[in-house]
Amino acid sequence: MSATGASDAALPPPPARRRLPRALTNPSVIVGLVVLGIVLVAALAAPLLWTVDPTFLRPRFRLRPPSDVAWLGTDQFGRDVYSRVIYGAQISLFVGFAVATIAVIIGTLIGVVAGYFRMLDMIVMRVMDGIMAIPAILLAIAMVTLSGAGIVTVIVAIVIPEIPRVARLVRSVVLTVREEPYVEAAIGVGTPLPKVLWRHVLPNTIAPLIVQATYICGAAILTEAILSFLGAGIPTETPSWGNIMAEGRQSFQIAPWVILFPGLCVAATVLAINIMGDGLRDTLDPRLARRLGNVG
Amino acid sequence: MSAPVLDIRNLAVALPRGGERPNAVEGINITVRPREIVCVVGESGSGKSVTAFTTMGLLPPVLKPVAGEILLQGEDTLTASKARLRELRGSRMAMIFQEPMTALNPVMPVGDQIAEALDWHDTKLSRAERSARVLALMDDVRLPRPAEMAKAYPHQLSGGQRQRVMIAMALANEPALIIADEPTTALDVTTQAQILKLMRELQARHDSGILFITHDFGVVAEIADRVVVMRRGKLVEEGTADEVLNHPRDPYTRMLIDAVPSAVPPPARPIPDKAPLVTTRDVEKVYGGGVLGGRTVKALDKVSISLRPGETLGIVGESGSGKSTLARCIARFVDPTAGEIRLGDEEIGQKPQRALHPIRRRIQVIFQDPYRSLNPRRTVGQSIIEGPMNYGTSRAEAWERARDLLKLVDMEPAGLDRYPHEFSGGQRQRIAIARALAMQPEVLIADEAVSALDVSVQKQVLELLEDIREKLGLAMLFITHDLRVAARICDSVVVMLNGKVVEAGPSGEVFGNPQHDYTKALFAAAPGHGRFDKAPRAPAAG
Repeated sequence: MSATGASDAALPPPPARRRLPRALTNPSVIVGLVVLGIVLVAALAAPLLWTVDPTFLRPRFRLRPPSDVAWLGTDQFGRDVYSRVIYGAQISLFVGFAVATIAVIIGTLIGVVAGYFRMLDMIVMRVMDGIMAIPAILLAIAMVTLSGAGIVTVIVAIVIPEIPRVARLVRSVVLTVREEPYVEAAIGVGTPLPKVLWRHVLPNTIAPLIVQATYICGAAILTEAILSFLGAGIPTETPSWGNIMAEGRQSFQIAPWVILFPGLCVAATVLAINIMGDGLRDTLDPRLARRLGNVG
Repeated sequence: MSAPVLDIRNLAVALPRGGERPNAVEGINITVRPREIVCVVGESGSGKSVTAFTTMGLLPPVLKPVAGEILLQGEDTLTASKARLRELRGSRMAMIFQEPMTALNPVMPVGDQIAEALDWHDTKLSRAERSARVLALMDDVRLPRPAEMAKAYPHQLSGGQRQRVMIAMALANEPALIIADEPTTALDVTTQAQILKLMRELQARHDSGILFITHDFGVVAEIADRVVVMRRGKLVEEGTADEVLNHPRDPYTRMLIDAVPSAVPPPARPIPDKAPLVTTRDVEKVYGGGVLGGRTVKALDKVSISLRPGETLGIVGESGSGKSTLARCIARFVDPTAGEIRLGDEEIGQKPQRALHPIRRRIQVIFQDPYRSLNPRRTVGQSIIEGPMNYGTSRAEAWERARDLLKLVDMEPAGLDRYPHEFSGGQRQRIAIARALAMQPEVLIADEAVSALDVSVQKQVLELLEDIREKLGLAMLFITHDLRVAARICDSVVVMLNGKVVEAGPSGEVFGNPQHDYTKALFAAAPGHGRFDKAPRAPAAG
């Protein structure tokens, strides 16, 4: 490359705004979006999808295998597994999206503060390291013991260990961007600090955050399922994929469908989200995008 | 005449579909003979690096050679297999890169890296022979105390020493051809002079031919036997160094040579004798230390300068001299450790950041890298109006002024709605100047503002700066490592070394009769010293 620097490789990558539409042509992103879309529509339109009340007990129809009456069979209380799985999607997706959103918002705030205000960095990041060392499952079990099982407890318990991951990511982006001359130029023309952060620093974090959010979402759905399976999650009155499987555990040998179908749903959803995350990463991450498609 | 070591015949390399032109280079014919240095000169986008990388077989996969042949001692490298190319690289051709820090392995002693270059192509050497050869090579490139230095890691060496290591690696197998891609561009001017001298010496002792890629006509004047000038992928002129430099036939070559600023400053401009606008007294900046202790570095050591209204003061020095730190202290991007900085009557050096708001609009900075000094996510207009709006100008008024400013810097006002990536480096630098002027500053700090630009663009931007300082009566602090640029634009010059001012005075005096040894050494090291230093034309009246 010439030192005069105007060659193609020296050009900064196009901003995320123009890379987002390109991400929608990536096959992984499309596959992920389609699967996730199906699950989402199913969850939102649950009452319209030929479901029955998922908590309705029919003791006479216990542990029936899949049939034209109960498409995915019934569980040990005679509840319709199909309806429970569809309604369970509501809980799982809600937990996934809620955890991703909350973790991203709080983590971004902490990351920006740590990345920009160097005095606070040392303290904040050591606290983050400490939080990262707490296993999510143990924290959740402790919190359920203290404040009782419930969806809020589950969300909080999953959010807390995810915050440091977001904070670290945002901090590293901020550390790079704050050295950019355009940030200095903005300070030089008298732009107040909050505006500098909002206009010039934060937009750079959007692309990596979208990618990170998908991973958090997938992990949260999985963690919720594990917690509910362990009995430290959503109470059994509300069906979630985790507690459907937990309840089916005792009768697994005679009625495997009770575990099989929610299990497949968890696997498919988490896989779809992660594939989508990989696809987004490939198209949004400027370093990767440059490596894959740029001219030297 | 001996047979050429490199014979590039009618080479064409295609750009991917949708590029700005169909071929990155086309119709390229270059020959390099043993013991000959052929300089390929061109501005960015001329295809000079593509030519070098094609020869080495190191083109990125999206670029495909579509015509011609590249004969390395008669063997076509374009049709050679990957394995054969790997054999040829290092044994019969070697490359020296621009940035030795990134081209060397940071976790391996440099002696081992040179030995590795030997190993790839000659495994029969015994251990003792090998280390003797490494030391001989290091001695050959004039590295001091080779035995100790062989154990050093790249970060422990200076930039010039690292480049010497790279050259030793290139020489390891006595290649027929060495391709040097801007090998001195990242180096300070005095180091550059030493490396160029070394390459000339080596050329006399080894039989290698050298293909030397550069954008700098000063370097060409220092080192070339023959010169090839490229523009937009095509050859525009070829000839001996003397022919091309002294009697260029092609108008483009002539334009490039004319654009090299003369190191003889033009006659002094009258500067009104007013009270200084910016003064610094004994300014110091110490990095490191702090609560946790640790090593401290004194970036500025009792620096005192003064800048009058309407004057352009050049701060000249090599990397690490503290020139940029001084600029950043005055612009208050960093806090000086001690000393006084005055803007007019006001002391601004010790003001806390939150009290600087009224000061900021009076001092504006133009940065070195036009690709990074504009936020890629914001339109040109948004970038220009940001400052005035911070000081209460209405959006409509700021936008109106931005239109006028773009006209002032010779750009279309329609550009306001476009994004920075749609503009060239020179255009972006004009936008950055417009952004600074939008604040109606009293002092403009240009921190290496033309260093990243091609020489022809550099000339235009310098002319623009000269024009606006006349029109607006601005005081300008001009930070540069390039003496020619300083000579052209500065009324007075301050020469800095290791954080201290070693010489200061009107440009005519400092350039005409340098006093300090360092200043003299710096001037002598300027590439093409004396060659381009015709007396400049008289400045336009007014």
